[in-house]
Amino acid sequence: MTILTRDQIAKRIAQEVQDGSVVNLGIGIPTLVANYIPKHFFVIFQSENGLLGMGPFPKKADVDPDLINAGKETITAVAGASYFDSAQSFAMIRGGHVDLTVLGAMEVDPAGNIANWMVPGKLVKGMGGAMDLVAGAKHVIVAMQHQDKSGASKIVKRCTLPLTGQNCIDRVVTDMAVLDVTPEGFVLKEYAPGLSVEDVIKASEAPIKVDPDVRAMRL
Amino acid sequence: MQKVYPDANAATDGVQDGMTFLFGGFGLCGIPENSIAALQRRGVKNLTCVSNNAGVDGFGLGLLMLQGQIRKMISSYVGENELFERLYLSGALELEFCPQGTLAERLRAGGAGIPAFYTPTGVGTLVAEGKEVRDFDGRKYVLEQAILGDFAFVKAWKGDKFGNLVFRKTARNFNPLAAMAGHITVAEVEELVEIGDLDPDQVHLSGAFIQRIFKGKDYEKRIEKLTVSPD
Repeated sequence: MTILTRDQIAKRIAQEVQDGSVVNLGIGIPTLVANYIPKHFFVIFQSENGLLGMGPFPKKADVDPDLINAGKETITAVAGASYFDSAQSFAMIRGGHVDLTVLGAMEVDPAGNIANWMVPGKLVKGMGGAMDLVAGAKHVIVAMQHQDKSGASKIVKRCTLPLTGQNCIDRVVTDMAVLDVTPEGFVLKEYAPGLSVEDVIKASEAPIKVDPDVRAMRL
Repeated sequence: MQKVYPDANAATDGVQDGMTFLFGGFGLCGIPENSIAALQRRGVKNLTCVSNNAGVDGFGLGLLMLQGQIRKMISSYVGENELFERLYLSGALELEFCPQGTLAERLRAGGAGIPAFYTPTGVGTLVAEGKEVRDFDGRKYVLEQAILGDFAFVKAWKGDKFGNLVFRKTARNFNPLAAMAGHITVAEVEELVEIGDLDPDQVHLSGAFIQRIFKGKDYEKRIEKLTVSPD
């Protein structure tokens, strides 16, 4: 059974990105999505610490401590970029001016809930901008592994970890499947090449409906 | 009118134990390094500190934490600070997690004379517990209260002697918002210029929000995660 690499998940998600859109990518797999946007597209990336128009990492000589992304990494700004303060940045996010956000998760459930910021008693890092992003971006796509390291499904019946947002995610792309969140719960749209519909259902704790047009992912 | 102070020691005059301090900065980017160092030297304690992050071990607000000066933090993300995590899990440090956008807006509201506002962020999560939730046009919003501080400490790139500020790149972040919400706002700048030297169209924050200003020195501008493209 072959599952997708992190880069392949990112490549699949890149197919969701439309020309001319404003996109905010979270840390981890989501960051890789930028590498697979078609060259002829004009897509502008938001970094919620106060930049619209994030470019690639700088050459060593161009490193600037005053220019970082939301992951605190040194970056560059592209032509057409703008800087702004944190209140305006989140006005952009909360006010629906960001077309798409892609972020990781620890759990997602059929009600469109997502948990990705806290494991009580263990992990106390904080939500950063994630709660605002899932509440405000026009489209929310989750990028993650289908199962955790112990083999437990992250596609759960009901999130047990503290939520990041309620009824807010539109689509989940994992190393095994593309799932839409609908009023009827998860609907399987695509499975990873080499897997079957049954493989995905077996690897998911939550019930999965199967789209009549379900097919293998095209990468 | 005399807003210009010789240095961070002079500009932090009047800080007391138990006060609430607001800080600009995101991670270590755009933090008021000189003021933080002065607060460490003064040893004020039992502080409530409002800052998006809590510095790293041994730098930024990590310096005040190391000396046990902070009683409570209001932040959105503290993942880069192991000491913080230890102090919090042991109960020695109180922590209020606030979503980043809500934190920015709470500061802006504080400075703008707005006591509270409704936001969709955090509805149905721990953040909304104990807070009023109200329906507007079929969507739920949680009531969040403004934040004000006894002092605010911010860092800008350039400032004039009236306190008009210009920030640089992503070092702007929370600085203008913390500045708006301080009872006494202390701005440190890399370059202090004469009144009239800044183009009014290029000023990011008006000097009306600034009570004290000084030229900072010896900026380390430490980089948290150096990432480069191959040459």
